[in-house]
Amino acid sequence: MKHTLSILVENKPGVLTRVAGLFARRGFNIESLAVGLSEDPKLSRITIVIDGDEHPVDQVTKQLHKLINVLKIRDLDAGNAVSAELLIVRVAGEGDKRTEALQIAEIFKAKIVDVDRRALTLRVVGTNDKLEALLELLQPLGILEVVRTGTIAMGRGRG
Amino acid sequence: MTPDKRMKGSQALVAALEHEGCEVLFGYPGGVAIPFYDALYDAKALRHVLVRHEQGAAHAADGYARATGRVGVCTATSGPGATNLVTGIATAYLDSSPLVAITWQVRSDLIGTDAFQEADITGITLPIVKHSYLVKDAAELPQVVHEAFHIASTGRPGPVVIDIPVDIALGELAYHDADSLDLPGYRPTFKGHIKQIRAAAKAINEAQRPVLYLGGGAIASDAAPEILQLAELRRLPVATTLMALGAFPETHELSMGMLGMHGTVTANYAVHECDLLVNLGARFDDRVTGKLKAFAPHARIIHADVDPAEIGKNVAPLIPIVGDAKHVAAGLVKELEAMEWPAERTAEWLARIAARREEFPLHYEDPKDGKLAPQLVVQEIDRLTAHDAIICTDVGQHQMWATQYYTYRYPRQFISSGGLGTMGFGLPASIGAKIGIPDKTVVDISGDGGFQMTMQELATAVSYDVPVVVCILNNGYLGMVRQWQDLFWNKRYSFTCIEAQPDFKMLAEAFGAVGLLVTEKDEIEPALREAIGCGRPAVIDFRTSAEENVFPMVPAGQEITEMIGGQSRKGRKS
Repeated sequence: MKHTLSILVENKPGVLTRVAGLFARRGFNIESLAVGLSEDPKLSRITIVIDGDEHPVDQVTKQLHKLINVLKIRDLDAGNAVSAELLIVRVAGEGDKRTEALQIAEIFKAKIVDVDRRALTLRVVGTNDKLEALLELLQPLGILEVVRTGTIAMGRGRG
Repeated sequence: MTPDKRMKGSQALVAALEHEGCEVLFGYPGGVAIPFYDALYDAKALRHVLVRHEQGAAHAADGYARATGRVGVCTATSGPGATNLVTGIATAYLDSSPLVAITWQVRSDLIGTDAFQEADITGITLPIVKHSYLVKDAAELPQVVHEAFHIASTGRPGPVVIDIPVDIALGELAYHDADSLDLPGYRPTFKGHIKQIRAAAKAINEAQRPVLYLGGGAIASDAAPEILQLAELRRLPVATTLMALGAFPETHELSMGMLGMHGTVTANYAVHECDLLVNLGARFDDRVTGKLKAFAPHARIIHADVDPAEIGKNVAPLIPIVGDAKHVAAGLVKELEAMEWPAERTAEWLARIAARREEFPLHYEDPKDGKLAPQLVVQEIDRLTAHDAIICTDVGQHQMWATQYYTYRYPRQFISSGGLGTMGFGLPASIGAKIGIPDKTVVDISGDGGFQMTMQELATAVSYDVPVVVCILNNGYLGMVRQWQDLFWNKRYSFTCIEAQPDFKMLAEAFGAVGLLVTEKDEIEPALREAIGCGRPAVIDFRTSAEENVFPMVPAGQEITEMIGGQSRKGRKS
């Protein structure tokens, strides 16, 4: 089962290595990781998506808490969090394919950020599921390159 | 608060260490460590002990920490100096020992260029430290040292690395003592939650077959007095892990000794049969539990630990308590004192344990090869030091005999690498322990294998006049591996026989220590008396039986009741 962990850490050198290293040591594959400043410039917020059972995730959370630079961890429940990811995709777009790519972009509210004779580059923001659906539809047209930021997420309500 | 004083980073480090109450550090100089060593040259309160290998510095600081309960400090130069500390840092990490390791680093502007003697020691040690610092500004030094000591010694103790580029040591700062902490992510919970403690007290009060299972946390939190009170209050039989030896006096009628792979029959069966297992500061390690699914199968489990990550890691307890052994034991005593409790509730259980202790004592037979029984040597050390010496060990058979045949009575009396199982730990650790507690006799029980890993530290003992007594149980084998080969690998003794052995007596004398050789039973006592009484570092080479095994033994991964060599007294002559 997928877990989205929101980890508030001190904004200091080496903190990301400590956090990421812990996941590797405890045998977790990180599906995505995003890090940036929080509302307080002394603190950063890391959003990590991992796939794991309840018990090991609980254990890794406790181990994370032991890192001196980690202040707070939330295992965000998908039903009670807002999440988003930014994706940029370059897709082959000549002739009919171009029309189809533009239609798909329209449906997904993707923005065309670059275009040349052979390809279109789309930028889109959405949940992980939405981005997966977009990529699936673009696949037959020929995806040339994909880059994603990884999910960022925040609990609803009191935050 | 002291007024700010201009000084160099190296001097500030000395001042900060002294401010933390550090009286001794163990180290070895090197290129980028020179500025610090220059400042040490003028140090008043801080004493430096020059070891012969950086690994010895880390183990000596660790031994000092374990014996005294204070933070142990070691230092080494960049690159190989720092990497030589790694085994010692990992040893301290696995046994939760408060260690501060100060490593020197190449100049800040050279970091990352593969400069001479550069190693990324904060990176290398990342998985084996509680925390680490790479100092970027001389002005940070007092605060970093203050935090490092705090982190190393509180909560679940552990090693902290401070890596300092040489230009920071040379840089100037306005020094003032650091007395406040800014660690928003570090707030250990010491006191257990009262609701959990009440629930635990109720379970203890109701139990008919309770067992108290103590771990290293009982010693780290200085919980021995509270644990004694708790055990006596409800007549709880006590089993200790290797790390907890001495947390409960083995002379006490409620003591069952050590549990686990080489634990007593009494302790292992009690854990197997108990209806309540009260774990204070232990971590259900595989050397204790054997096959986890079959461990304490009839028991409700209470698990108290200062480290929340330990709770539920291996065993899901019925009553988890986040708190240290000292506070939790005190809380339990307070709750239990207010409860009614008929002593007959556990009478049958205590009688069963007493009978089993009688029927299954630890035992050994006189070796057939005419050599010394290693167990007898340990018993003689026990007798001649009146159960009062601090015992350090290496790792292997001799270590297990040291757990079994010495009688531990007080906390911090047994100093051994439990978690990491580091050979070569004993001698340097004993030097650190003796420097920390000079009034006690300190005996390093070692093997011929482990001793040879760090024996150069005899020079340290001699040059600082640290009279440790090294007892080598010399069987000419890497005995514990040989034992496994004997029992599980068809006696194929692949590279466990040490064929070329130095003459340890002459070796000791070459170092300027006292060297003794003991081959006969009646030589044991005079040799020990001489070594203990001479007031100098001494090495006794005890020629022990070559193929003696440690029993009882639970094969790795088996149920702890499946013991080899745990026969009944009834079934043998004794």
